[in-house]
Amino acid sequence: MNQTSKNLIEGARELIAFRIGEQEFCVDIMSVREIRGWTPATSLPHSPGFVLGVINLRGAVLPIIDLSNRLGMKESDPSARHVIIVTQVHQKFVGLLVDAVSDILTVTDENIQPTPEVSSELDKSFAKGVLAIEGRMICLIELESLFPEDEVEAA
Amino acid sequence: MDMNEIKEIFFQECEEQLAELETGLLALNDGDDDPETVNAVFRAVHSIKGGAGAFALDDLVGFAHVFETTLDCVRSNVLEPTKDVIKVLLKSSDVLADLTNAARDGGVVEAERCEALVVELKALANGEAVSTADEADDAEATPEPQPADDETGFTPIPVTLDDEDGDNTNDEGFMPVAFSFDEFDSDETDEAAEGDVFRISFHPKPDLYNKGNETLLLLRELETLGDMSVRCVFDQLPNIDQIDPEGSYLSWVINLTTTQGEEAIRSVFEFAEWDCDLEIVADQVDEVEGDQLDDVEGDDPLNDAVVDAQADEPAMTASSDAVVDDTSVVEEMKPANDPEPSADNKVIDLKKAAAEVERAETKEKATARSGPKSAASSAQSTIRVELDRVDKLINLVGELVINQAMLAQSVVESTGEGSSAVTMGLEELQQLTREIQDSVMAIRAQPVKPIFQRMSRTVREIADMTGKNVRLVTEGENTEVDKTVIDKLAEPLTHMIRNAVDHGLELPEIREAANKPAEGTLRLAAKHRSGRIVIEIADDGAGINREVVLKKAIDNGLISSEANLTDEEIDNLIFHPGFSTAEQLSDISGRGVGMDVVKRSIQALGGRITISSTPGKGSVFTLSLPLTLAVLDGMVVTVAGQTLVVPLSSIIETLKPEQEHLHGFGASGRLISIRDGFNPLVDVGQILNFTTTPSDPLTGVALLVDSEDGGQSALLVDAIQGQRQVVIKSLEANYSNVPGIAAATILGDGQVALIVDVEAVVSASRVGALKSEMSLAAVG
Repeated sequence: MNQTSKNLIEGARELIAFRIGEQEFCVDIMSVREIRGWTPATSLPHSPGFVLGVINLRGAVLPIIDLSNRLGMKESDPSARHVIIVTQVHQKFVGLLVDAVSDILTVTDENIQPTPEVSSELDKSFAKGVLAIEGRMICLIELESLFPEDEVEAA
Repeated sequence: MDMNEIKEIFFQECEEQLAELETGLLALNDGDDDPETVNAVFRAVHSIKGGAGAFALDDLVGFAHVFETTLDCVRSNVLEPTKDVIKVLLKSSDVLADLTNAARDGGVVEAERCEALVVELKALANGEAVSTADEADDAEATPEPQPADDETGFTPIPVTLDDEDGDNTNDEGFMPVAFSFDEFDSDETDEAAEGDVFRISFHPKPDLYNKGNETLLLLRELETLGDMSVRCVFDQLPNIDQIDPEGSYLSWVINLTTTQGEEAIRSVFEFAEWDCDLEIVADQVDEVEGDQLDDVEGDDPLNDAVVDAQADEPAMTASSDAVVDDTSVVEEMKPANDPEPSADNKVIDLKKAAAEVERAETKEKATARSGPKSAASSAQSTIRVELDRVDKLINLVGELVINQAMLAQSVVESTGEGSSAVTMGLEELQQLTREIQDSVMAIRAQPVKPIFQRMSRTVREIADMTGKNVRLVTEGENTEVDKTVIDKLAEPLTHMIRNAVDHGLELPEIREAANKPAEGTLRLAAKHRSGRIVIEIADDGAGINREVVLKKAIDNGLISSEANLTDEEIDNLIFHPGFSTAEQLSDISGRGVGMDVVKRSIQALGGRITISSTPGKGSVFTLSLPLTLAVLDGMVVTVAGQTLVVPLSSIIETLKPEQEHLHGFGASGRLISIRDGFNPLVDVGQILNFTTTPSDPLTGVALLVDSEDGGQSALLVDAIQGQRQVVIKSLEANYSNVPGIAAATILGDGQVALIVDVEAVVSASRVGALKSEMSLAAVG
């Protein structure tokens, strides 16, 4: 992967870490556009449970994904304390609902360990690897596989 | 800028030129005999040829060249622009348009069509132009190489961008020639061999240089025609501190002895003639000059210099008359005409006089022209802007409007009534944002003219195919409507025009038998009416043959044979899917796709289509369309706690259902009787899956809407919040298509509201469920 090899040379990459329930996850900071508070979303008919609906992001219509539900965990009950991470995947903007943003991490590729073999919903297709930071386990999520291109463009 | 971008610009310009060409030809067809119209037509073809040459589009160049040659005959009054001639020219402009499109998008234009036209064009240029063959030859003595006169006329010829880039004249092999910038150097006129003597006064305007022309090159080209002497007039040169570096202060007086005639000289200035004051006066040889001298001077011993100065005068007289108030000129002229024997003084006086006249003349012309010219330039000053940029601006303004509404709302909420100063400020802000929104929307608005022009071509083609005589009358060409509407209007309009000519208008013989003029009239009119654009397509043909329509509808099983329909209902049958009235399927229309397609595409634009027809008198189709697709008039409704917007264009009426009008139908179906008909009641909340329990019709509101097959359905919603103009936002941009939802919008409180796709909801109510398409939603 191009991005990885480039980062290898530079030695470091930045990740945004966030919390869902008791678990911590992170995504590449380059795909994050902004972080904002939760506002009630307009629900979409016939959408799967993890699509909470759409909100107004300065005039654009932004779909909001319940990341907890998407990763196969329990459904979130969005409140004002929740946070939306606006990410860009395949030229489209998607808002991810998470409990809280916890950290910005600077890591090198050596810090990223391969995903352990587990049988769970959260399998290798979503997780690119895990990081051990200060005794915490943080899972690196690959956004592209959360929203495969052909399906995003299915419309 | 890479080559493709430049090419793209060329094609954009081509479109404009083609439009200009067609407008001009149609004007000529209507009897316009203004030479400027012919010039405009000629210029259009010429520009296309020039540009095409630069991109080595050989087919285009070849055809444009033949076309241009014929137009040149018209321009030089060799060829009378009769109706027949213009018909060929119009056809040629169609082919030129096709060739341009083929060059842009790939594809080919049928060679026979081109060849046939090339032959016709050549016949026009040669056949009737025999008597004035010299002139034609002269015109061809321009630096553009003529193609070999072959049968097809499609030998690719190298054409240089001669009107853009003056440098290439060097490629033509002209050697730089030294010429004198001094005052008189009239000895050269003595060398004049045989041929006519022309005095050319050439005064370039700044525009000439702006367009990349170069006097030096023009003069060099002139030099190739014969012997010439050049005098530069620099009296108008201001002081160095007043000089405008881009101005044009020099003019030239040229004596040219040539055997090639005035036409050849004019052709040298072909690309410059609109940007300069050019006067060409034919002089006879020396003895005439002598006579003139005798008349004026009564004295012989004058040198050639006087001849020059004197001879300048005839060219100037017209304007010197116009400047009689300029006393200095008049005074200077007097001594010049005074028969004093002092030759030397006279020379000086004459020189001065000539110079003064010249100066006054240019001044005069400058002032005379600055008026209309500046007016013209301000009217035409347009810029080319990418649509994306305008769209972005429109989006931003849309957000501004929403933001302003939100701000106003929160101010009121936080301060109760709010202080009067704040309230006033907010009101002003609101007014300003509305104004900005209106002006930004106006940027996208375009006149319907180009599309109407395209229709005139469609009419011509179909009239030719069907052997009918049709005159297209257009009205309200300058009515403006959003560009996206225009783009999407082309197809249904073409279809309707085809139908009108093919089915509506009768053959000439039949028309005459019915006491109507053999030429049918098709009227295409556009106008604004209450925030919408209304387009009427009216023909004076036979009108809808209701018997045939009725019979066909019964044959096709669309209606039962007992049905008793009103005339209007019968007329509307033609919008039924799969209905085609043509008794035999023709090549033009009636391919099984009929007016239902037109109706659907108009409805997709948020428009309506109606028809009124009088047997024997003709039919009128009326389209009513929104002015823009960026905003929509919608009814804001509540469904199961959600706020939805229903496009106003699809709502016929709203009503409060009452118990006695409600009827159960089958297991879960419900009907509502409105007046005498029964209409299915569509529970929007259930269809969109917002709720599973059917809502109570008695507490809700029913919206009666049109559905695809011409029937009606009643949409059941919980409440109506109001009617509002909303800005349409795409859902697909960041998400995917949602079944049953057309788009989204943002309401004044900043919330996203969904716009209902009425057609989809109604048809889903029949099938039982919305077609759930694969989407982001399908993952997991």
